[in-house]
Amino acid sequence: MRDAGPLVRLLADPAGAGEVRDWTSLIALARAESLIGALAWRLDGLDLPPAVEALLAAARSDGEAARTQALWEAEMARRALAPLGVPVVLLKGSAYAAAGLEAGRGRSIGDLDILVPRDSLPDVERALLAAGWEWVKEDAYDDQYYRRWMHELPPLIHRERDRMIDVHHTILPLTARPKPDSAAMIEDRLPLADGLFVLSPPDMIVHAAAHLFADGDLAGGLRNLWDIDRLVREFENRDGDFHPKLRDHAGRHGLLPAVSRAVRLAHHIYKTPVRCQAPKPKPLVLPGTGQEKIGYRIAAADRLFLRRLLARDGWGRQRRPLTRLGFYVRSHWLRMPPPMLARHLWVKVRRR
Amino acid sequence: MRHVFRLRVGPVCFRIGSQWRGPIAALRQLYAGYPEPDGVCDFTVRLEAERPWRRWLRPSVAIRGDYMLPDAVPVSLDHGLLAAEMGMNLQMALGQRRFLLLHASAVERDGRALLMTGHSGAGKSTLAALLGERGWRFMGDEFALLGLDDGLLHPFPRAVSLKNESLGLLDAVDPGRLGPLLEGTPKGRIRHLRPNAEAVARMGEPARPVLILFPRFGLDLEPAVREVGAAEAFMRLTQASTNYVALGERGFDALTRLVGALPSKAIDYADAAEAETLVERLWEGE
Repeated sequence: MRDAGPLVRLLADPAGAGEVRDWTSLIALARAESLIGALAWRLDGLDLPPAVEALLAAARSDGEAARTQALWEAEMARRALAPLGVPVVLLKGSAYAAAGLEAGRGRSIGDLDILVPRDSLPDVERALLAAGWEWVKEDAYDDQYYRRWMHELPPLIHRERDRMIDVHHTILPLTARPKPDSAAMIEDRLPLADGLFVLSPPDMIVHAAAHLFADGDLAGGLRNLWDIDRLVREFENRDGDFHPKLRDHAGRHGLLPAVSRAVRLAHHIYKTPVRCQAPKPKPLVLPGTGQEKIGYRIAAADRLFLRRLLARDGWGRQRRPLTRLGFYVRSHWLRMPPPMLARHLWVKVRRR
Repeated sequence: MRHVFRLRVGPVCFRIGSQWRGPIAALRQLYAGYPEPDGVCDFTVRLEAERPWRRWLRPSVAIRGDYMLPDAVPVSLDHGLLAAEMGMNLQMALGQRRFLLLHASAVERDGRALLMTGHSGAGKSTLAALLGERGWRFMGDEFALLGLDDGLLHPFPRAVSLKNESLGLLDAVDPGRLGPLLEGTPKGRIRHLRPNAEAVARMGEPARPVLILFPRFGLDLEPAVREVGAAEAFMRLTQASTNYVALGERGFDALTRLVGALPSKAIDYADAAEAETLVERLWEGE
């Protein structure tokens, strides 16, 4: 397997499982992209070779245990922060799991990500430190870097449970060009039964898209795009009017380009149905995906994103080093203006 | 990858890929006679240059695969076999979810298994290798696999890695079963021993565990036996397990069943013959 094409095709269309010849490569690929849990659920109930079924069954129960652990960690944060009376909004994997969304099924959940109002940060920080969380980064520059320019506190880790928490006050670094309105996102939050909150459905997708395309170098991007596919499908099924709402929220937070790109690429890679006024369909051969015809025309730049997203082989190795380097440079470019970037890199280089 | 070896050990299959020929050739030789797996492999291990130029220039092997440690130290190419073994261990330790994984050795006689666990240097590995040459069936010296549903011990008879003082044990065995002597590794002098033909032939046969031992080796120790309560055995085994936490409730259930049903004993010994006598005596008592 020279790229991740076989994996994404199988995720999009599990009926293809009968034709898989090289399961070992497929599983290595899925693990490297943190999609083994998603794959295990997608193929659940199909007639598979027993050894494959055993591996996927283990991945499913692993996912269940991870989910329990993530929900417990969210509960620990809730208890620590409840006395403050500030809204605590779960983000990413923990939010999908807590809200019972399809995107949370089999998803690996590393850190606990929460969003709180910016003016409550000092109180939240104090409450977490009092409840057993500790700083990971002791370095003064790193600390300043987070506090002045980032969208989150420096990461904290719990001294007994060894789990990390990322406390966000907005969804993109303060130095990034788009300026999402985090106060509005918190305003639009939805309650969960236990007193925690999640973002509204459109904002969940806006956040996932911002994370993927307006921040970072797309490492692990196939998993994030899978989240977007699951979210779009589930929300569109629930609400026939979802698409205009998504467009509206994306525009309000200055992230329409990122959200459009996310939906376009999810459509190409995972066949995410898109109920919108797409431009006229034009047949086109896509690199890597093996699809000859696609729903609608893909922007030239999207081909580069596809190249990057699928850059992983059947040994789980990253491929296409130049493409990856390009996206790495881009991620820094997006994060901060050039003079600030130069200074930041200078500090980092001198420290090594 | 250029050089590939597939290896089945008990219920687990590994696919090992390497940029160099050497580590794969050494694996082939060490694991001669093991069944060639045909189906899907549980884990992929990659032995590759840490940086592209390090493939030729002062070659060093980065140990990678499905599961990786971010700060793993690369190994010299001369120790490529060790890198492959460490790579397989890493996959088991971080990725195994089909069994409760205990850092323990196991041997079997008459369909019943003896489980031995303890800190590094306690002698569980040496003891299992020794008993494996003295009429017991060797089931594994590094990891014991406890079935989550059946409560059985599943064999994992990888090559035994003998270190430093334990190398003397190898004097009597068929040299054809030995790997190359690896000098100056991070763990000292290491040599691998292929388990005997019976251990390999019966690697598909699980056995019911009947006794847990916590051996402790020390040159100044008097031979001694101490009863270990179920609660203490439980705590020590959770520490000896790499995936107990990750398995959640299933791990808890499997482990409580194990310690609830089996007697546990701690033994002290100062030399191998003494240990063997102790083990035989305790085994007769069960």
